[in-house]
Amino acid sequence: MRAVDAVMECLKAEGVEVVFGLPGGANIPTYDALYDAGIRHVLVRHEAGGGHAAEGYAKATGRVGVSLGTSGPGATNLITPIVDAMMDSVPVVFITGQVRTELLGTDGFQEADVMGMTMPGVKHSIMITHPTEIPRALHEAFYLARTGRPGPVVVDIPTDLSRVDIPYEPVTDVRLPGYQPNTEGNTKQIRQAAKALAAARRPVIYAGGGVVNANASEELRALVRADRFPCTCTLMGLGAFPAPDPQWLGMLGMHGTRAANYAMDEADLICCVGARFDDRITGKLSEFAPRAKFIHIDIDPAEISKNIPAHIPIVGDCKSVLAKLVEEYRALDADSGRLDEWNGRIEEWKTRYPLRYDDSEGTEIKPQRLIQAVYEATGGDAIITSDVGQHQMWTAQYYDFPEPRRWINSGGLGTMGFGLPAAMGAAIGCPDKTVVCISGDGSIQMNAQELATCAQEGIPVKVVISNNGYLGMVRQWQELFWDRRYSQVDLGQFPDFVKLAEAYGCHGVRLTDKTTLVDDLKAAFAVPGPVVVDARVTAEENVYPMIAPGAAARDMVG
Amino acid sequence: MTGRKHVLSILVENKPGVLTRIAGLFARRGFNIDTLTVGPTDDDQISRVTLTVDGALHPIDQVTKQLHKLINVLKIRDLEPADTVARELALFKVAADGTARAEVLQICEIFRGKVVDVGKRSIIIEITGTTDKVAAFERMVRPFGLIEMMRTGEIAIARGRQET
Ligand SMILES: Cc1ncc(C[n+]2csc(CCOP(=O)(O)OP(=O)(O)O)c2C)c(N)n1
Repeated sequence: MRAVDAVMECLKAEGVEVVFGLPGGANIPTYDALYDAGIRHVLVRHEAGGGHAAEGYAKATGRVGVSLGTSGPGATNLITPIVDAMMDSVPVVFITGQVRTELLGTDGFQEADVMGMTMPGVKHSIMITHPTEIPRALHEAFYLARTGRPGPVVVDIPTDLSRVDIPYEPVTDVRLPGYQPNTEGNTKQIRQAAKALAAARRPVIYAGGGVVNANASEELRALVRADRFPCTCTLMGLGAFPAPDPQWLGMLGMHGTRAANYAMDEADLICCVGARFDDRITGKLSEFAPRAKFIHIDIDPAEISKNIPAHIPIVGDCKSVLAKLVEEYRALDADSGRLDEWNGRIEEWKTRYPLRYDDSEGTEIKPQRLIQAVYEATGGDAIITSDVGQHQMWTAQYYDFPEPRRWINSGGLGTMGFGLPAAMGAAIGCPDKTVVCISGDGSIQMNAQELATCAQEGIPVKVVISNNGYLGMVRQWQELFWDRRYSQVDLGQFPDFVKLAEAYGCHGVRLTDKTTLVDDLKAAFAVPGPVVVDARVTAEENVYPMIAPGAAARDMVG
Repeated sequence: MTGRKHVLSILVENKPGVLTRIAGLFARRGFNIDTLTVGPTDDDQISRVTLTVDGALHPIDQVTKQLHKLINVLKIRDLEPADTVARELALFKVAADGTARAEVLQICEIFRGKVVDVGKRSIIIEITGTTDKVAAFERMVRPFGLIEMMRTGEIAIARGRQET
């Protein structure tokens, strides 16, 4: 069969149900094979949209997302989603077309060095040099994307090779001698960790996206419940531990709660699970959790002691390591009374410093209220994607995620334009869930063209634009750290988003009144198909509390 | 972080782009490679990269862990200088006419160098040995007029029965 038909066989063998992409000269053969392969293809309007959609699909379902692009500009448009997937450990296979082999390196039409340009931002990449390599390369790509620390894998296929006939045999074994992720975790170290937890008087569990990736949130809950440990999550980890829980501290980091950040500051032991001590978490490294010893559990050995030296390192899959840790901990029969004082102190912080904003006056919608209203209108039972900016931080703060894989955002790279396409992918992966994309007036304009995709494919995404007329987060930094010199953040000339929605074949509504907000949102969400809600919010609202960049947790403001 | 020089001996799959991945990883993290040599091994599927870095400047732990993440990297050893035989090859083109020539040849003999080319006013000498030895030779001949010098960077192998 043609190599491209073998590509389709591989995708089917991998259980792929949908691919996101856009054709071009170099991958017409692939699209020809797709024509009757029986795999759903979603024709996006920009390859970046396809890449982020594949990420959204992967994040919502836990399965591998697939994204296609042609050579040259098709492939370069995929670079942002590729790096985004790398930063957030998202399993996506990117298949790019490449110019004919005889043109490689000649600056041929639509040629770009995809391998060279993507290398620093991929988990792995494979350039096909012979058509018979294709089946093995694809299966390796899927295997690498989903195992160990998940991530993006690029397969670049020169167009001439993709049309050749090859013998196809299903590949059942993947042999990668240089790749042996250690999943089990060292028993001695796990035992040591259990002992440290049993001895700690001011412990904190700090969980990240790795817990979500490993489907380990049950195990995380079990650990927290093993002895009423306080638990906080990173932006990526939200939902791994249920927000409405007495042991929940809220998110930590730059815009985390005071309870979470103060607890880190005073902790004597921090058990970090599937997180990586990002600078948005630690603030000033030398003043981060100065009294604490660190247990660090991660599938990726390179994360351990990268930023913070771990006293007890455990390399392994969060799920199995946590399960064993809970078992070991239980066997120790620790005195839980020792945690009373600590939990009491935390309770005090929680009551004294709740997240708050003032909307006592007028009918204007405060952006924080908008998020709470989305929570109420969906009964907290939606998949929420977001873009990047203030609205993202408010969503993280004010939407109480009850479960993992309900919160999909670009945490590591912070990519504006991520939200809408990611929502498309999530909606296709989870058709029985309401999917809401919370965006900003700046961010939505970075991939608004995907509204056309939603309309054409009938993807019922609900987009809520927190419209403040500004590149809000940048404006906030300019206000706080740059003397209110608002350089190039005024988006005053934004389009009429209701008309824009309609122009793309979607339903659009505008909301301006806080008093009817929840009902208005409910009504908008009830409209079938894709909907855009243009919510006009207070223009100069700031995200608080905040640890200024490079400052210490103790010095939180707001 | 120790101040010593690290010699990393890295076995990699013999596939296109592997060296770019390794070099790129160093560049991206701002780590400076002192020397880098690549060559085949007894298995034609596998190549060996020998790489030296200054441990005083970079956390060698991070370097090796990141290298391990590259799928085509099979094995890494951070060779202890004391347990390692390391050599480099260098070619020196030295200005040498008249009386200087005899002196240069004498130095060459002491260093067990090999004269590989003789011209009217210059000679080319091949030296193999430790980096220190090559450097010492350079110091000795530089005053005569060093026209050109080329060094390969080290290759290294662990002492004893164990495979590097
Ligand atoms: C692609 C990209 N370009 C620039 C930035 C820098 N940036 C971070 S937040 C932000 C403002 C976002 O504005 P908007 O989407 O309107 O959201 P708001 O902060 O107003 O809620 C910008 C420009 C980014 N994160 N991504």
